[in-house]
Order: sequence, then C-alpha cells, then structure tokens
Amino acid sequence: MAVEVRIPTILRTYTGGEKAVPGDGTTLSEVIDNLEKNHPGIKDRLIEAKDGDDSQGDLRRFVNVYVNDEDVRFTGGLDTSVNDGDQVVVLPAVAGG
Amino acid sequence: MLRIEQDTYDAIVAHAKKDHPDEACGVVAGPESSDRPERFVPMVNAASSPTFYEFDPTDLLRLYREMDDRDEEPVVIYHSHTATEAYPSRTDIGLAMEPHAHYVLVSTREHGNSPGPVEFRSYRIVDGEVTEEEVSVVEPATEEPRSPR
Repeated sequence: MAVEVRIPTILRTYTGGEKAVPGDGTTLSEVIDNLEKNHPGIKDRLIEAKDGDDSQGDLRRFVNVYVNDEDVRFTGGLDTSVNDGDQVVVLPAVAGG
Repeated sequence: MLRIEQDTYDAIVAHAKKDHPDEACGVVAGPESSDRPERFVPMVNAASSPTFYEFDPTDLLRLYREMDDRDEEPVVIYHSHTATEAYPSRTDIGLAMEPHAHYVLVSTREHGNSPGPVEFRSYRIVDGEVTEEEVSVVEPATEEPRSPR
C-alpha cells in the first residue's frame, strides 16, 4: 500500500528537507519500518524501544500520528491498517511544564 | 530578538491571566520564514493543569493543517508558568520540537488573574540548548500613506 507521510520540521533532517515522503506497508508499523529503510534513524524518533528491542516498542508519548486525520491512538496504534493513497501525518506534541 | 506587536503581546498576557492558575498556551502564526508573528491562535490546554500544558492532538492537527494551507509556521509558541519564573522548565526543554520558533514564557505568579505586570520572556530552544533573546514590543504596522497617482 503506497501512502504519503507528512514529516514535521524537526524530522526533516532525516528526509533531506522533504515535507512529505512516500511510504509503504499495510499497517502503520510496516510504514514506519519502510520509512526507516529509506531514512535511517527516523524510527527511533517515533518509537520507544522496549527492553532495547524496537520491534516491541510503542509510539512515543509526545509524538502524534494520524492516518487520514484520525489519531492512531484511537484506531489501534501501530497496528492501524493503511490503504493505498492514505495520508499519514506525524506531529510532535506541543507540550511542556 | 523577538519583535511582536503590542496587541498580540496584550492578547497573550490576557490569555495567561484568564487561565491562571492553570497554564495557558497557544501560538502566533506567521508567513513561513518571515519571522513575523501575525496571527494569534490561543489553544486549549488539554492537560488543564497548573504544572503542564499540551495542545489537544485533534486541535494540533487542525492547527498545522490550517498553517500549511496558509503557508504559515508557528513563529511564536507561548505558554504560562503560574507559580514559577518565566524560564523554560526541564520538561519545556525536553519537549521543544520547533527549532525555528520563539518560545515565549509568561509568568502570572505575581498577580494571577488580577491586573498588574507579568514576566514576559522569549527563548530559542534548539537541541536542548536554551538561549534567551530580547523582546521588542512594537506598534501594529500601519499602511504606508499612498501617494496619489
């Protein structure tokens, strides 16, 4: 499934400055693995490894990911399925103390 | 240096006072790469907390889409501290993800919801490094008088 992934300013160092890059996969998790292949290092910024294993990780608390404008926290997280032409948006939280 | 118009400055201060003792937050958007904070956008603090703020994730997406459509970026990201000084906390520094933004901190600890001066300070926060900058409050830009054709 070919999707478009919108990249926030802070992560464009991984995409050569591109605001949007193509991605591929049937779930968000696969799309992120595919991103990592083309833009090494980006996965660690999105996923918090569990016990040093990033295949067991989950989305970082202060990273928001949306598939077609739906916050994936409400649609199955990393298991959220994606379809051809879907748009994935990554936005770091605007938060602090 | 942050240059900000008086009415925008006043709007940020008014928002901070209104939401005290909870933290208030928002952005001032402006044309990409212009460094001009023009469009005041107060946001809801989804955390409703005196010690934490977070834009609601749905509001956040809407805001960024809107800015995208208008070729804008968040020139200023502001929030208030309600019991401590107007200096970025460790959490503020750890979560600062907009390297081009001016991070404005307002402290309402002195006067709370009441009239009276506040601390209003601005910072760049890049890779965990905080740099305070001067704040210059300017009168709103007026149209240049046009000469008759």
